[in-house]
Amino acid sequence: MSDSAARLSVMKTYKLYVGGKFPRSESGRVYEVTGSKEKWLANAPLASRKDARDAVVAARKAFGGWSGATAYNRGQILYRIAEMLEGRRDQFAAEVAASEGLSRSKSAAQVDAAVDRWVWYAGWSDKVAQIAGGANPVAGPFFNLSSPEPTGVVAVLAPQESSFLGLVSVLAPVIVMGNTAVLVASEDRPLPALSLAEVLATSDLPGGVVNVLSGRTAEIAAPLAAHQDVNAIDLAGAGEALAKELEIAAADNLKRTLRPSSAPDWAADPGTGRLMPFLETKTVWHPMGM
Amino acid sequence: MSSAPTVPPLADVTASDASLRRFLHGLPGVDAVGLEARAAMLGTRSVKTTAKAYAIDLAISMIDLTTLEGADTPGKVRSLCAKGLSPDPTDRTAPQVAAICVYPDMAATARAALACSGVRVASVATAFPAGRSALPVKLADTRDAVAAGADEVDMVIDRGAFLSGRYLQVYEEIRAVREACVRPEGSTAAPAHLKVIFENGELSTYDNIRRASWLAMLAGADFIKTSTGKVAVNATLPNTLLMLEAVRDYRAATGTQVGVKPAGGIRTSKDAIKYLVMVNETLGADWLSPEWFRFGASSLLNDLLMQRHKLSTGRYSGPDYVTVD
Amino acid sequence: MASDTTQPHPHPHPAPEPDPFSPFAYAPAPESRAIVDIAPSYGHFIDGEFREASDGRVFKTIAPASEEVLSEVAQASTEDVDAAVRAARKAFTGWAALPGSERAKYLFRIARIIQERSRELAVLETLDNGKPIRETRDADLPLVAAHFFYYAGWADKLPYAGYGADPRPLGVAGQVIPWNFPLMMLAWKIAPALATGNTVVLKPAETTPLSALFFADICRQAGLPKGVVNIITGDGSSGAALVEHEGVDKVAFTGSTAVGKMIARTVAGTRKKLTLELGGKGANIVFDDAPVDQAVEGIVNGIYFNQGQVCCAGSRLLVQESVQEEVLDALKRRLTTLRVGDPLDKNTDVGAINSAAQLARITELTEAGEAEGAERWSPSCELPTAGYWFAPTVFTNVTQAHRIAREEIFGPVLSVLSFRTPDEAVAKANNTPYGLSAGIWTEKGSRILQVAQQLRAGVVWSNTFNKFDPTSPFGGYQESGFGREGGRHGLEAYLDV
Repeated sequence: MSDSAARLSVMKTYKLYVGGKFPRSESGRVYEVTGSKEKWLANAPLASRKDARDAVVAARKAFGGWSGATAYNRGQILYRIAEMLEGRRDQFAAEVAASEGLSRSKSAAQVDAAVDRWVWYAGWSDKVAQIAGGANPVAGPFFNLSSPEPTGVVAVLAPQESSFLGLVSVLAPVIVMGNTAVLVASEDRPLPALSLAEVLATSDLPGGVVNVLSGRTAEIAAPLAAHQDVNAIDLAGAGEALAKELEIAAADNLKRTLRPSSAPDWAADPGTGRLMPFLETKTVWHPMGM
Repeated sequence: MSSAPTVPPLADVTASDASLRRFLHGLPGVDAVGLEARAAMLGTRSVKTTAKAYAIDLAISMIDLTTLEGADTPGKVRSLCAKGLSPDPTDRTAPQVAAICVYPDMAATARAALACSGVRVASVATAFPAGRSALPVKLADTRDAVAAGADEVDMVIDRGAFLSGRYLQVYEEIRAVREACVRPEGSTAAPAHLKVIFENGELSTYDNIRRASWLAMLAGADFIKTSTGKVAVNATLPNTLLMLEAVRDYRAATGTQVGVKPAGGIRTSKDAIKYLVMVNETLGADWLSPEWFRFGASSLLNDLLMQRHKLSTGRYSGPDYVTVD
Repeated sequence: MASDTTQPHPHPHPAPEPDPFSPFAYAPAPESRAIVDIAPSYGHFIDGEFREASDGRVFKTIAPASEEVLSEVAQASTEDVDAAVRAARKAFTGWAALPGSERAKYLFRIARIIQERSRELAVLETLDNGKPIRETRDADLPLVAAHFFYYAGWADKLPYAGYGADPRPLGVAGQVIPWNFPLMMLAWKIAPALATGNTVVLKPAETTPLSALFFADICRQAGLPKGVVNIITGDGSSGAALVEHEGVDKVAFTGSTAVGKMIARTVAGTRKKLTLELGGKGANIVFDDAPVDQAVEGIVNGIYFNQGQVCCAGSRLLVQESVQEEVLDALKRRLTTLRVGDPLDKNTDVGAINSAAQLARITELTEAGEAEGAERWSPSCELPTAGYWFAPTVFTNVTQAHRIAREEIFGPVLSVLSFRTPDEAVAKANNTPYGLSAGIWTEKGSRILQVAQQLRAGVVWSNTFNKFDPTSPFGGYQESGFGREGGRHGLEAYLDV
C-alpha cells in the first residue's frame, strides 16, 4: 500500500459563500492564510465592500422564507448541520489544528463541542417562544400575546481566536430563530468558516441564510455596520477600538448591537445570551367579546 | 326626509329567505369591545347647568311612561295618565311625557284619560312579552289595541324564529302587524306607529341586534326598541348605541328615518342623559325629539323631576316631593 | 310609514325648543384647577432635597393651551447632573442591598399615593402638557399607578423572571423622557429601574417638567431613601450631559429617532446598557370586512388621541379600496363631533399642541403635504386664539412617496392611503424605517393572525388601537428603537444580563 510514491494531494480553492453559491471575491483578490508557525495554509478570498453588499442582498432575500419556516423545520435543519459536521470531524479538526496551532486532541475537542453546539441550538428553535413570549394578563377584555421574532439581517463578526467553536457559537444562535446572517470569518483563521459553508450548503439550509465572507474584518465590517438594510451586528470579532467605531456607525439605523466580551469562554454553557439580542418582541392585542 | 316609498326599500333583499339572510349576514360585523368602549366613553360626557336643564326636559318629553303589570287596573292606568299629563304638580313648566304605555286591555282606559292632550297611547301587543302565540292571535291583539285607541303599538319579534335563522318569517310577521296597525274602517287617522321590540337580551350578540335592526326597518318599523323590560338584560348603552348606528345607516341608505326606543333599566337622570349624549353624538339634532327617540321607563320620571327641582332650587329634592303613582 | 311621524302632535307644554344648530350644546364643564398648588419655582430634586441650579439658571414652563406661565424651573448644568449622578451612586449600594420585598413595599406605597393624588396630578399634567383632562384622568394617571403597582410586585420575584437565579441591577440609570406622556413615561422608566435595584436620575422634557417634580414629592411622602430617585430639569443639553456622564451605567431614552441615534453614538464603546423608544409611522389597516363603526373609532383613537403626539400613533390609514369611500365618509362624519378646545373641560376630546416648536413642525409637514398634492380636510372647529392649536386633519390622495406618508408628524394629522390586497397592505405597512405599531381591522380571525405575524412592528393592535397595560411589553423594531418597556420583558433593560 505504502510502497508507491506519495500521492500529490488535491488542494482546495477556498471561496466565499453568498446566496447559496461559492463565488470568488468580486475584488478578484486573495490573501495568504498561514498557520501557527507562519506556514502557508491557503489563499483565502479577500472580500470587498461589494461582496459585503451582495451578501446583504442575499441575506435579505432569504429572510422571508427562513423566518417564515416552521420552528420545527429550522430545528431539523440545524440538527442536519450537526449531522453533516459529524461526518467531517476529522477535516475540521485538522483545519482547526492548523489554524489555531492546537494539538489534534484539543482541536478535535473543539470540533466536537461545535457539533454539540449546533445540536443545542437546534433544540431551541421551537422553545424560545415559550420562554421569551407568552400571554400578558392585561386589565381589560383583551387577549394579549407577546412573541419573539427574528430581527432580520444580522452581520456577525466571528471571533478572531476561536476559529470554529467560537464561530459556531456566534452563528447558530443568530440563525436558529429565523434571522439571516452575513458572517465575517476570523481574519487570520478563516479556513474553518469557509469550509463550514460547504457543510451549510449540503444541510438543507436555504441559500442566503448564511453568507460567509473572509478578508480584513475592519474593511468588511465597516460597510456592514453602516448598511441601512442590516438590522443587527454581533461585534464578537471586533477589538475595542473597532467595536466602538462600528457601534457608532451602527447607530445610523439603530442596529441592535452585541458588544464583544473581554474574555469569552466559548466552551462554557452558552445559555440564551446570544439568542435574545437578535429577537424582537412583538405584542399583539385582540379584543375578547361576543 | 323623503316621502314614504311605495315599494319597500331594498325590496330585492326581502325577496326570499336566502337573499334576506345574505343581506343581514353581509352587514358589517360589530366588535363588542370597541362598541362598549365607545358607549362608555360617551358616558363620561359631563352635562352641566343649561345643558343639563335642556337634557332633563328633553328626557321627560321622550318618556313612554309605562305600566306593564299583571296587576294593572283602570285606576292605576288613570293615575299614570294624570302623571304623564302633568308630571310635576308643583311646577307646570315641566313637559308632558311622550306617551303612556300599557297592555292592550288598558288602551281604552288610557285613551279616555289622555283624550286629545297630545300624550299618546302606546300599547304593547303581539302576545307581549314572550310573543309566543300564533300569528292570528298576535294580529288580533294588535287590532284590538288599535281599535281601543292606541296611537302606537309596541310589538315583539319572534326571537325563536330569528335565532333559528328564519328571518323571512320574522320579516313577514312584522309586515303583517304593520298592516294590522291600520285604523278600523271609517277612521281617517293615520295608522298606529309601530315599534318593534327585539328583546336584545335574548338576541345575545351585537351582530344579531344589528341584523334585527335592519330586518325591522326593512319591514317598515317606525321605531326599533331594545327590550320588553321583562328579561335580565334590557336596554344598555352599547346595545342602544348599536341601534342608533343602524338607524343612521338606514337613513343614509334609504332616506327613511326610524326612531329608537331603549326600554328597561333606565332609572336615573344620569343614565338618561348618557343616552341623550349618545343620540346627540351619533345622530345629531335630527333625532333629538320625542318623534324619534323615546325612553321606555317608569321610575325614571321621578328622578328626572327631582333633578329638575335641584336645578331650579339649588337644593337636593327627595322622594316625598314627587308623586308616587 | 316612518315618514308619517314627521307630523308634529300638539304639546301644550312642549319640549324645550332646540337650537337648530346646536340643540344639545354641552355647557362648559371645567375641571377645577384649585386642586393643584403649583409653586412659583422649583429646583432639582437631588439626594432627597430640592435645590437650585448650581449656576442659578432657570427657565419657564407654560401652559400650552393658554401660554400662561405656570412656574420657573432650574436648568441643569453639568455640575447639577454630576451631583445627581453622585447622589444616585451613593444611594445605589443600600438600595440594591435592600431585600426585594422592602423595595416592593416602597413601590407599592408610591402606587397608592399616586392613586390618592391622581386628580391633582391629572389636572397638573393637563395644565403643563395641554392634553385633555379626560385623557389624563382616564388614561395617563390610571396607567401610571398601575405601572408602579405592577413592577412593585416584581421586586421580590426577580429570580423567577427568567434572567438567572440572582439577577443583578446595573447601577445608576440615566433616564430622559418626552413631553407627550410626562408622568406615564416617568413611570415606565422609574418603576422597573427601582424594582430591579437600580437608582435613577431622570430628566423630564423641557416643556413638561412639573409632574416629575410632583413625583419627587411623592417619593418623599413614600419615605423613599434619599438619592434613589433624582429629578433634574433642563433642556437637551442637560439630557446630553446625563447620557454622557461616566457614572451612568444604564441609559434609557424615549423621544425622537434623531436624538436616539445621537445617544446611541454617545454610548458606543462604553459599558452603558441602552434602551431606546423612538418614533413611528404606524399603519392602521382597514380591510373590507372590518367592523366599520369600531374601525372608525380606532382610527380616531389612533391619530387624535393626545393630539396625535404619540410615538405609536396610527398616522397612516391603509384602507382597502373597496370600502375606502364608506370608511372615509364615516370617519369625516365622526370627526365633526370631535370637541377641540380647553383641555381642562371634561368634554374636550382634542386639546392643545404641546409647544410652539411642535406646532411649527406639524404646520410645516402639513404644508408639505398640500404642496405635494395630497388633499387636506378638517372638520370646521373654532380654535382658541391663545395657545398652540391644530385642527384634526385628514389627508387623502396620499401616496407612499409623500413626506406625510413617511415622516413622523407627531400631530393630529392622518394620512390616508389605499390598498387592494392583503399582501399590498402588508408591503405598504412595512415600507418604513420605523416599526413601532400597527393596527388591523377585519372580522376574519385567520387574517388577523397572519397579517399580525407579517407586520414588522413591536405592537400590533387587532380590532383596537392605542391600548396600553403595564403587563404588555412595548417597543419597536428598526428605527423605532430597541428594548421593551412593560411586562417581564421590561425588567431586562435594568438587569445585568
